[in-house]
Amino acid sequence: MSDKQEFKAYWKENLTYIIILLSIWFVVSYLFGIILADNLDGIKIFGFPLGFWFANQGSEVIFVILIAVYVKLMNKLDMKYDVHEQ
Amino acid sequence: MDILTWTWIIVGLSFALYIGIAIWAKAKTTGDFYVAAKQVHPVLNGMATGADWMSAASFISMAGLISFLGRDGSMYLMGWTGGYVLLAMLLAPYLRKYGKYTVPMFVGERYYSQTARVVALICAIFVSFTYVAGQMRGVGVVFSRFLEVPINTGVLIGMAIVFFYAVLGGMKGITYTQVAQYCVLIVAYLIPAIFISIMLTGNPIPQFGYGSSLSNNGMQLLGVNEGGYLLDKLNGIQQELGFSAYTSGGAKSTIDVFAITFALMVGTAGLPHIIIRFFTTPTIRGARASAGWALLFIAILYTTAPAVASFARLNMIKTLNNEEYAHAPSWFKNWEKTGLVAWKDKNSDGIMQFAKGNAFDGKIAFEKGPDGKTLKGQYGESVVSTKQTPLEKSKNELYIDNDIVVLANPEIAKLPNWVVALVAAGGLAAALSTAAGLLLVIAAAISHDLMKSIVKPDLSETGELIWARGAAGLAVCVAGYFGINPPGFVAQVVAFAFGLAASSFFPVIIMGIFWRRATKEAAILGMFSGIAFTAAYIIYFKFMNPPSFNVAENWLWGISPEGIGTVGMCINFIVMIIVSNLTKQPPAHVQEMVANLRYPREIK
Repeated sequence: MSDKQEFKAYWKENLTYIIILLSIWFVVSYLFGIILADNLDGIKIFGFPLGFWFANQGSEVIFVILIAVYVKLMNKLDMKYDVHEQ
Repeated sequence: MDILTWTWIIVGLSFALYIGIAIWAKAKTTGDFYVAAKQVHPVLNGMATGADWMSAASFISMAGLISFLGRDGSMYLMGWTGGYVLLAMLLAPYLRKYGKYTVPMFVGERYYSQTARVVALICAIFVSFTYVAGQMRGVGVVFSRFLEVPINTGVLIGMAIVFFYAVLGGMKGITYTQVAQYCVLIVAYLIPAIFISIMLTGNPIPQFGYGSSLSNNGMQLLGVNEGGYLLDKLNGIQQELGFSAYTSGGAKSTIDVFAITFALMVGTAGLPHIIIRFFTTPTIRGARASAGWALLFIAILYTTAPAVASFARLNMIKTLNNEEYAHAPSWFKNWEKTGLVAWKDKNSDGIMQFAKGNAFDGKIAFEKGPDGKTLKGQYGESVVSTKQTPLEKSKNELYIDNDIVVLANPEIAKLPNWVVALVAAGGLAAALSTAAGLLLVIAAAISHDLMKSIVKPDLSETGELIWARGAAGLAVCVAGYFGINPPGFVAQVVAFAFGLAASSFFPVIIMGIFWRRATKEAAILGMFSGIAFTAAYIIYFKFMNPPSFNVAENWLWGISPEGIGTVGMCINFIVMIIVSNLTKQPPAHVQEMVANLRYPREIK
């Protein structure tokens, strides 16, 4: 495989990660926290109605995790395709 | 020691710390001044970004706003955090790879056009000034409330401090003071929240506390006989008083909450003072990690805020409603002096009634005697001169400002005086750190984008640094002027700042990075149409028509001016795609530059 193809593959994998992680980003905040919040409120976790919890805290916590996962994945990917900084 | 002495000591110490850091971190080169020589550790950059981001409004007003809005208030929580995910994945690493100093510079080079750069420059300055005026005002307000000095004196003191470390230290000085400011503000925010959580639920972690049951101590304090989940109690009480349940939405339509949340998220990711923070890390790896750290540090406050909001809501309703004024809690009487809370009897029973609707018609003002002192009514309350709303319209007799939720927190939790002082220092830290970050954007836009690149390209390194310092100094003065003479529209223009950032910078930068084919004509027309639409919509509803016109029936698809940036962003994207396809593709060196942004190391 030529260098050029390697670089293309790197970029493609990066975009796949982004699409997957941003889908989760969308689901927890817009879907669970806004659109489906009323339906989820029927489920209770401790004293929190679930929709309310996603809107107030759940999304924020998951956002932090999403970035952490992306950072880990990309650090690995940089190494795999040898595009990391020296 | 009394509160005032404590406040002077703690605020004085924190200011001395900021000045000390500024002297230690003096900027020697333009690289120091614009991007702290790209030597900031990702964790420290995360803290600095947190302080940069969390403004006086986040610190003082947000919990109160959520307390008032219930679940709909979460649009601020999600909106002001979700943008960091976009930053980490779509912007920060690539802009760090680009490696230059400012956002207008990136736009100018990527779109091979000085016009695009000038449009970006004007946007950056406008967005930053809009924001900074509110911060300087915030400094003045904190000073006047806690230190009993006039608001204007407070603004001047704030100006002097920011002037010192922004002009001297540039980005380097600002970064390290922001790290210190983050520590001050987060401690100041958490201590009262932790103690209130323990007091009401026995759980020392406020994030879990508000989903717990009331403790015996909490029940006694609130005067309720039956235990149960705190949020269930709050829902019950809200409904008794005619409000909707705290944990359910309803104040705004779903589409509007959706649009506002989205506009805030992409607006955050497009704000120049946040973006430039990611230019300061040593590596691209570091830039990605830094966005994660920033969000973690921000989330510590943002997940505490809703807890504080519900504790305060429950506590206020239970301790104020149906209580004789004579037995009102001491924090209520203390804060009455500042005009943040007020009570006027409607049914002459001497008892405070809280209910849905406004107690007063307009801004709160007090009746003054000939000696200039506020007159006292028959129960000892400060007499409000503002007209009351009629009893048929609302039984409510209490005015409670949103800000009181955070400001009175330590007193409500019966914490010692030094904690109150710490909250004052925290509010100042939040306002000053944000102001400094914004001033740097303005300074860099003037010295680097305007002077060095357009007006006087032969400017020497020393000359540019002088311009940068001069511009920072000038920007402090202009910001201070607006802090002392706030234009009536400050509150209105916050929507403007996010709307503009969402509809201009965000699409242009994203397309610039992810689509090689995006052309200069597309960028200019895209920015122009996005901004023109968003600005026209906001101006039409906020400035050209009376507030009664600014309602859902008149809005486009039920989207309020706060959320319209989302539509503006879509317009920008669509225009860019169409125009790019119709125009000549970008020159080879630009396409190569874009391709290079994608890989951390240089490739051939």
